Amino acid sequence: MENEILRTENLKAYYGNQEILKGITISFPQNRVTAVMGPSGCGKTTFIRCLNRMHELSPNARVEGKVFLHGEDIYAIDPMLVRRKIGMVFQRPNPFPTMSIYDNVIAGYKLNGIKLPKNEMDRIVEESLKKAALWDEVKNHLHKLGTFLSGGQQQRLCIARALAMNPDVLLLDEPTSALDPIATSRIEELMIELKKTVTVILVTHNIAQAGRVSDYAAFLYLGELVEFGPTRTMFTTPKDRRTEEFLTGKFG
Amino acid sequence: MPKVRSEKSRIIKDKIFKIVIFLLATITIIPLFLILYYIVQKGLKVVSPEFLLSLPKPPGEEGGGILNALIGTGIIISLASIISIPPGIAAGIYMAERKESKLSALARLCVEVLQSIPSIVVGIVAYIWIVMPMQSFSALSGGIALGIIMFPVVVRTTEETMKFIPGTLKEAALALGVPYYKAILKVVLPASLSGILTGVLIGIARIAGETAPLLFTAFGSPHLELNLFKPMSALSLFIFNYATSPYVEWHELAWGASFILVSMVLVINIIARVIAKRWKTRF
Repeated sequence: MENEILRTENLKAYYGNQEILKGITISFPQNRVTAVMGPSGCGKTTFIRCLNRMHELSPNARVEGKVFLHGEDIYAIDPMLVRRKIGMVFQRPNPFPTMSIYDNVIAGYKLNGIKLPKNEMDRIVEESLKKAALWDEVKNHLHKLGTFLSGGQQQRLCIARALAMNPDVLLLDEPTSALDPIATSRIEELMIELKKTVTVILVTHNIAQAGRVSDYAAFLYLGELVEFGPTRTMFTTPKDRRTEEFLTGKFG
Repeated sequence: MPKVRSEKSRIIKDKIFKIVIFLLATITIIPLFLILYYIVQKGLKVVSPEFLLSLPKPPGEEGGGILNALIGTGIIISLASIISIPPGIAAGIYMAERKESKLSALARLCVEVLQSIPSIVVGIVAYIWIVMPMQSFSALSGGIALGIIMFPVVVRTTEETMKFIPGTLKEAALALGVPYYKAILKVVLPASLSGILTGVLIGIARIAGETAPLLFTAFGSPHLELNLFKPMSALSLFIFNYATSPYVEWHELAWGASFILVSMVLVINIIARVIAKRWKTRF
């Protein structure tokens, strides 16, 4: 097994009395792309929202079990610190509408009251935009509003914003579901590039996408982890009948 | 054939309907323009720099101005704004953030009721609460009375505007490890700014012409009063007092003051519209 960065132990999540996740134990390898797949309503979004403690923000939400980042239980430390270590990108691009491209990227620092010298901020902005493969397109109008960009560019801006905080893990919640095919393929290329510096956990309902970009894949069904392993192995020789049916499009 | 006839009558009905709604829409414009025409005709000739910058003169003397009322309106509106805007925005934030809570439901009801309380009643209450204990009419009591009237307007527009901000925006901030209060104050609130500002301006336009509550509170004064604890004039009070006086020269002053007040309200409303359109946040 490879270097582990993030691990869950018997993770359960609830909305009110409804059990969404029924005890998930999984270990995410460092600097790899892991795809979390499953049909709609299987709990995959809830699952990654538990990994950076966003789930608990919903009314009536509750979490049981443990999540370890570098061996440290994230439910024992301040959620705000957790979220700086574990970044997140959402289904729909959501740049801050009142901020420029530059300010969007550096927002994690500014909003957290972390003061940096100007040249340091410039460096972080440039580096993050380069990592997100957006630098060349926006370097001449960094002070335009982020919302003037196209949907795909906005999503890469959101990735840059998350990367600027230098997280250990980047959670991507169906990041291409609102994008056209060209923007989608750019984001997919980017994900493969990103794993050099960060561990990527990708939620997707798109089996082909999981096959293209992920090293490991997890299949969630009705709140349970059915199967987890190297993507290639799972796609060629699934161990569980449900996984096979999902991969061959029998449901989902 | 009966079919064709019904077809024809339908087309005619359709035309009649279109004409009727067009005419009725036109009629709604007429009263405003009549009022404006009348006020411009009577008031414009009175208005001059001197009219704006001098104090009213005793009856029988020509000239005189509305400086005391102009400054008074400015001070009382500022007081009302200070009193109503910060708590109004805070309450609106709470109600938009905790839509389902019992407190929000109760607050929503109270705000609606507050909005429909006649302004004269608010004036009487301010009289009992503030003027009587302090044993003096004052700009402060007038500002509080108008603040109470403006408060529900600010609460409702803040709530309505913030409801339209996508929840994903707040989540984006929280996912960066930003504390909740900063996510609200630095991300959600700026995105709602144009809406809230519009609401505030509409609130100001609403109270700028209020007269009844000021009769019990600010009361009016012929002097240039800057002390918040003393009786103070305001444009609406000035119009009321001078228009009901028996002196022709004072009637002239009242017309001029009406012109200024109406122009002010009009300009504020237009600015509010422009802000709502131009500064609208794109998502």
